[in-house]
Amino acid sequence: MPIVNAVTEAITVRGLHKRYKGHVAVDGVDLDVHRGEVFALLGPNGAGKTTTVEILEGFRKRTSGEATVLGVDPHDADAAWRQRVGIVLQSTGEFDDLTVREVVHHFAQYYRNADDPDAVIERVGLADKRGARTRVLSGGQKRRLDVALGIIGRPELLFLDEPTTGFDPEARREFWGLIRQLAAGGTTILLTTHYLDEAETLADRVGVLVGGKLVAVDTPARLGNRGTDGATVGWRTPDGPRQEQTDTPTAVVARLAEQFGGEVPDLTVTRPSLEDVYLRMIGAGE
Amino acid sequence: MTTLRLGFARGGLEIKQFLRSRESVVFTLFFPLLLLVIFGSVFDAEIAPGVSFTQYFAAGIIAAGLLTTGFQSLAIQIPMEREKGILKRLRGTPMPRTAYFIGKVIMVLAIGAAETVVLVATAAAFYDLPVPSTAAKWVTFGWVSLLGISACTLCGIAFSSLARTGRGAPAIVTPVALVLQFISGVFFQYTSIPEWMRTIASLFPLKWITQGMRSVFLPDSFAAQEVGGGWQLGYVAIALGAWVIIGLALCVFTFRWTDRG
Repeated sequence: MPIVNAVTEAITVRGLHKRYKGHVAVDGVDLDVHRGEVFALLGPNGAGKTTTVEILEGFRKRTSGEATVLGVDPHDADAAWRQRVGIVLQSTGEFDDLTVREVVHHFAQYYRNADDPDAVIERVGLADKRGARTRVLSGGQKRRLDVALGIIGRPELLFLDEPTTGFDPEARREFWGLIRQLAAGGTTILLTTHYLDEAETLADRVGVLVGGKLVAVDTPARLGNRGTDGATVGWRTPDGPRQEQTDTPTAVVARLAEQFGGEVPDLTVTRPSLEDVYLRMIGAGE
Repeated sequence: MTTLRLGFARGGLEIKQFLRSRESVVFTLFFPLLLLVIFGSVFDAEIAPGVSFTQYFAAGIIAAGLLTTGFQSLAIQIPMEREKGILKRLRGTPMPRTAYFIGKVIMVLAIGAAETVVLVATAAAFYDLPVPSTAAKWVTFGWVSLLGISACTLCGIAFSSLARTGRGAPAIVTPVALVLQFISGVFFQYTSIPEWMRTIASLFPLKWITQGMRSVFLPDSFAAQEVGGGWQLGYVAIALGAWVIIGLALCVFTFRWTDRG
């Protein structure tokens, strides 16, 4: 039985399983999300990201294992716990003929410690749409409304399930700014995404979920020993470009510097990208 | 206290949303009115001394209006809200669950009241429907309407769990509502319906609501024409009360906030 430290850990999961008829969606996941961190769950479609998150949100029953979210078993989620948790679901909210302002003001009433609705609308970048009926909003604007509803109660912990799917690059960048702001304000964020750049930019730590198993957890820079092994040194020789795979790139560069007696032409030292590491992992996991 | 306040806030929001959705306003408020106008103009024969079929039909359509607002609209709307994830979203907030149902009840009561007023006023103005003349009839009108719409609302919420998808809901709800209207004394005189159909109809609330409404709007001389030889208001109260209890039990045990567990 793990000892749960609800002071330092926002989420603690041990041996989490979820079985549906004939298939296993989550297969023995252990996970800790620290208070105040942004944690990204990466994984291909069907890897169990949403199932895992929805168990932690108190929407689904687990088959077995332990889960503690803000010191409470999410299966027993009550209104007091829901006061402290913000949820942005994978599906976009539809509020048809109500205006942005009406929806956010209405949801604010559910929370004891709600933020100022107009300020939240401003923060998610919908200020000029506040009087618009929600059915006319673009996909990206609807998603911002989802986020507004997720943060209106000033949650300690915010779940974001694939928040930027369908965004154009500019909208995504603005959205990242918003998430960074929230994180800087101390909100713990559990994010699922299949965009590697999103995980790399936002997350303090990344977990890779493949076939219901968590195959790696680390900082984006160190995931899969990205920072320590397998660098590639490249340069130009009179016969054309050359490359060398090495675990000791500094030594290779020193040798080259000596060889060329100064600047090495077209010198590059590259580590595998997060994408390389990720693709290797999901390839290995399947 | 908070639950009640949030229930009223939800009710206000539901009404606002209803009024802004043109289809639902037309379907719920004007469709029964349209039926009243068509039936009232086509079938104006006398069915008993001093009672025209139009009057009979007006009492029936007022009852059917309660079925439409309470049962039909909720049994269709709730599966759609479930499919759109609106229910799931609400479950993810600290909103007390009861507030959702209070909101629905407030919406149904407001729409039901508006619809009843429109129908009674139209029928009284154009189709010789006498407005209740005694205090006793107004009291009967009050309790039959309230008990009737309560039974319909609860059954509507309970029925909403049957539809597996939002899009499929109208297909399973509309026939039920329509058949009940045919066999419960709305479109046809209840006495002209085969006995086996009447037996089925008497198991459901609508038959009892129409009977109660006839006791309010038709002359007392007509009571003898009823199948039971009288208005049977006691039975009306028992049948509708029973459906309130059955509906409530079904709601509590079958309501689903999401599509799957």
